Parts: sequence; C-alpha cells; structure tokens
Amino acid sequence: MDQEQGTTVTIDPGPDKVLGPGHDFGTVTDKIGGVVYRSFLDTPRQLYVGFACAFLLVNVLLVAVTWLFYRGVGVWGIVIPIAWGFAIVNFVWWIGIGHAGTLISAILLLLKQDWRTSINRFSEAMTLFAVACAGMFPILHLGRPWLAYWLLPYPNTMWLWPQPRSPLIWDVFAVSTYATVSFLFWFTGLIPDFATMRDKRPATIPGKIYGMLAMGWRGSARHWARYQKAYLLLAGLSTPLVVSVHSVVSFDFSVAIIPGWHTTIFPPYFVAGAIYSGFAMVLTLAIPVRRWYHLEDMITMRHIECMAKVMLGTGLIVAYGYAMEAFMAWYSGDQYERYAFLNRMWLGGYWWTYWLLILSNIAIPQLLWSRRIRLNVWSVFVISLVVNVGMWLERFVIVVTSLTRDFVPSSWGMYYPTVWDWATYAGTIGVFLSLMFLFIRGLPAISIFEMREVIHHAEPEHAHGD
Amino acid sequence: MHTETKVAGQLEQLYGLMAEFDGPESLLEAAHRARKAGYRDMDAYSPMPVEGLAESIGFRRTLVEKIVFCAGLLGATGGFTLCWWMTVIAYPHIVAGRPLNSWPAYVAITFESMVLVACITAVVSMLALNGLPQPYHPVFNVKEFERASRDRFFLCIEATDPKFDAAETRTFLEGLDPRSITEVEP
Repeated sequence: MDQEQGTTVTIDPGPDKVLGPGHDFGTVTDKIGGVVYRSFLDTPRQLYVGFACAFLLVNVLLVAVTWLFYRGVGVWGIVIPIAWGFAIVNFVWWIGIGHAGTLISAILLLLKQDWRTSINRFSEAMTLFAVACAGMFPILHLGRPWLAYWLLPYPNTMWLWPQPRSPLIWDVFAVSTYATVSFLFWFTGLIPDFATMRDKRPATIPGKIYGMLAMGWRGSARHWARYQKAYLLLAGLSTPLVVSVHSVVSFDFSVAIIPGWHTTIFPPYFVAGAIYSGFAMVLTLAIPVRRWYHLEDMITMRHIECMAKVMLGTGLIVAYGYAMEAFMAWYSGDQYERYAFLNRMWLGGYWWTYWLLILSNIAIPQLLWSRRIRLNVWSVFVISLVVNVGMWLERFVIVVTSLTRDFVPSSWGMYYPTVWDWATYAGTIGVFLSLMFLFIRGLPAISIFEMREVIHHAEPEHAHGD
Repeated sequence: MHTETKVAGQLEQLYGLMAEFDGPESLLEAAHRARKAGYRDMDAYSPMPVEGLAESIGFRRTLVEKIVFCAGLLGATGGFTLCWWMTVIAYPHIVAGRPLNSWPAYVAITFESMVLVACITAVVSMLALNGLPQPYHPVFNVKEFERASRDRFFLCIEATDPKFDAAETRTFLEGLDPRSITEVEP
C-alpha cells in the first residue's frame, strides 16, 4: 500500500492533458502521499538549500524588525511627504500575490476548469503565506505596533471607536476576512487528504497527527454531500471577496486626493494586477517544485500554458489601466494630474522605475503570445520572475512617485530606501519561501481527492484497475 | 471474492455488514439496489465524492446552504449595525459635512462581515452536521477500510435497520458482487 515513487521517471503528457498516463486512484494517492512520507534524508537536495537560504532571510527579518522596534520607523527611508514607503509597496505586492490562489481555487472551481485541480492546494497555501507577509507590513508601519489592536472595534476605557468611513479601516476588515477565509478554504480542502495520510501509516507519529487533523473523516456519502455544498459555498463567497479585497486596497489610494492616486480606474486595475502578479508567483514556485519532486505528470504543460495565458490576459488589462491613466491625465485637463503623469514618465527622480515597469509588465510578457514560448518551461519561468519584479515596481511607482510631488512644490521630496527597508522586504520573502518549503514537505501539496475525481471523470473505466 | 465469518455470539453486537467494491459505479449500483430492497440505515464510503451517491442512499437535505444563508444575513446586519452604532451612537462626529449615518461608507465592512460570518459558518456547520470531530467510529474496525481513503468503495448496511438480518443481509450483499463482505464490530 505504501509504494514510494521517489525515483521513477515522470513524463509530461504535453499541453493537452492535465494528467500523465497510467494513473489510477491508487497511484495518484501513493505519488502525492509519497512526497510527504518520504524519509527525511530523501528530501530533494534543492529543498534543503532553498530552505536554508529562505531561513537565513527569516533571520534577517528578525534583526530588521528588532532594530525597527528599538529605534522606530525612522530606520526606514520614509520622510514627509513620503510617509508610505516600502512598507505599503510590499503590503500591496504581497496581498496581490495572494489573489491568484483564491482565483484558482474559487473562481476556476465555479467555472469547472480541469486544470485547476493539481495547482489549487499549492496556490491556496501561497495565498495564506502571502497574506501573512502582507499583514505584517501595515502593523510594522504603525510606529507603535504593539497597539495594533486599536484598529479593531472593541469596547475600551477611552470609549473611542475606529472610523468606519475610512478605507484604512475597511482594509482591516477586508484583509482579516481574507486571511481567515483563505485559511478555511485551504484547511477544508485538506480534511479528506488528512484522512488519506492517516490511513497510509496509522501507527506512526505523523500518521497520528494527520489523524487528529482529519477529525475522524471517513468518506461517508452524507459527509461528502455536505462537504461539497460547504466547499461550493466557500468558493461562491470567496469569489466576490477576492475582488473586494484588492478594490478596498485600491481605495486606500483612490479615496485620497493626491494626483496619481485619485483615479476611478484603480479598483479593476488593482484586481487585474493582483491576479497578474499572483499567477506569476504560482508559476515561479510551481515550475521548480514539479521538477524537484518529479511531478511533471500532474502539473503538466497544460497547467503551465493555461497560467501563462491568464498572465497574458490580465497583463493586457493592466496595460489598459496604464493607458487609461495616461489618457485621463491628458483628457481631464487637470494640471496636477497632467504633471503627476509627466513626473512619473520623465520629470521626477524615479522616471526609470516607470520605464522598467513598462518593460517588465507590458513589453516582455507579450512574448507569451507565441505558443513556442508558452510551451518552454524556462522562458515561462523567466517571464514570471520579470512580472513579479514589474508588479513590485508598479506599486512603487504608485505609492512613492505620487507622494514625492503633490500640489505645492514646497512640500516635494525624495524617498531613498535604507538597508533596513530592503532587509524587511527580503525578510518577508524569506518567511514566504520558508513556509512554502515546509508546506510542500509536510502536507500533500496537490489535492489527492480532487485528483481522484479528475481520474474518475476523465476515464471512468480505467480508474480502478489494480 | 472472499468472505469472513465470525464466531456466532458476537453477532448480536454487530454494527453492520460492510461490502467492499472496486469502483464508484459498482458502489453506486449497489447502493441503488440496497435502497430498492428496502434498506434505509446504511452508508456508502468513497475516497472522493461520487455524484448521486448520497441521493442513492436516501440522503437529500444537506441543510448547510440554509444555515449559511442565515449566517450571511446575520453577518451583514451585524457589520452594518456596528458601523452605524459606532458613528451615530457611540462616537458621533461629523466628517466633511456628511450625515452621521453615512451608509454608503459602511458597504465595505457590511460585505466583509457577511463573507466572514458565512464562511466560518459554512465550515463549522458542515463539520457539526457531519458529527466531526469524531474520535471513534466502528467502520474503522474493518481492516480493509483503510483503503476507503485510497481506492476502494464500501457500502455498510447497519444493524439498526429494521430489515437487517445477519444472514439475509449477507446473502443480499453477496448478490451485489462485492470484492468482500465483512462484519463490522461496534
């Protein structure tokens, strides 16, 4: 029952199939479960190296945060008028990355896309960890982070309440709801797989831990009926939620009157950008992992090509957003809008970030129109990295460049990130990657029961021949 | 096909009789026939959801959606009331000349509260109605049942069924052409 398939050669079935040949209910179970139950020393070496690097960055974060708590937010490069520096850039970047996970797990479930299944678990975990990284930044940026609970409405001796007319408080609700719902979605999906892991090795300590997490799941038809209903409801509720979260994040900017922020296109353009960067991150993670763990027959070229297409599509929406910003700067006739745009392009000190952003978010991803490039894993991987950088630059351009030049020249300024800005940013990347590495080592990174469903629907007659 | 028999005398303490099948189609067929034969207290176990299986053992109402709908209403009402109460009753102050009850600004929090409460309720009510977490269940006494989360499909007719009779039910299950039939200890 426990055949490990560590060293078998796996073949990618190409861009038309979501699953390699020769799989039945038992083999998918053993293959995905085998990744988790592999002996510790048998872990792919890349995972060790990757985790070591990521964990080093976690320690960088700890140092950076300790110094921040000791000295205050002055250790960062933020000044007046640029009070929102890297912290907010990174917050928006991370939360955007999370959006692809919810899109894959919820929206593609409702749309019944077959290529969703082997990447949904993985991207839900990515969402969870990205939101955890995102959540850190506004709190660190508070100046007195130990008073973060003041953001929540709770009865206090001062009888003060948060201001629910402010998008910043909407954000508190949106992000905390998003984090909770992402966790619920992820955990609910894991319950039947915990049961599988429990039944594989019931007598071992990991088996017992999985058993506790499975809560006695036994696959009863009644349970499945309620489970599927609950899962569908979660998907239905997460779909508008994911749209609302980045819309609310964009309100943080667009409700303010700063030129470059005060734009009605922000909500849809932020949501598209979020999905764009999220798919880029899923590709950045999935391409190496499928290679290290020989999962090419489950995360196939079809998955990669579909994700590349979504990236291309959302990238075009983002391009439309940029074009519309330029158009409105001219068409509004507002001198401040117009100046903000010229400042972004060549007048200000950050003109090169704008052109780098156009290059990496709009120009380079156009290569994905070519099927040959979409079907080349390495080119897709490189483009996904470029888009990750590009989307970070986009947030930098929006947050920092707009703040450097507002209405009155006497209040203009420049922002220069310090080493602590970079250390905090790199540190959260470390947290994110460490958690991802631990996740793919300790939990089934591909939804096993949903893979069985894929097999059942694909070829019902061959599904159970053992 | 092989069958196991236990010593007589343990029979009155039976939880039920469990038949093991190879695939979802044969389980579905078996469940249909068991229901047609008049059995009501039974359950089918599968490693993944099988369309129509719950209906075939006579299970129709999941209730989850109704509970979640109520929870969503409650969450939305709660979210809106919170905003209204904070700005109109508890800490009233006028911002930009807007009325105290500036309801359009409350929409975001109302929506997020609705989603939060509805989602938590969806998961909690699903688990509660399923009776989970459940530390012990008789079906786990069956050795083969560890494959119920891998690649085997089971139908268990429970001893509480009025039509249940150890010998007769076994004959009936044998007629369904299962892989094996096992007695489930309570």
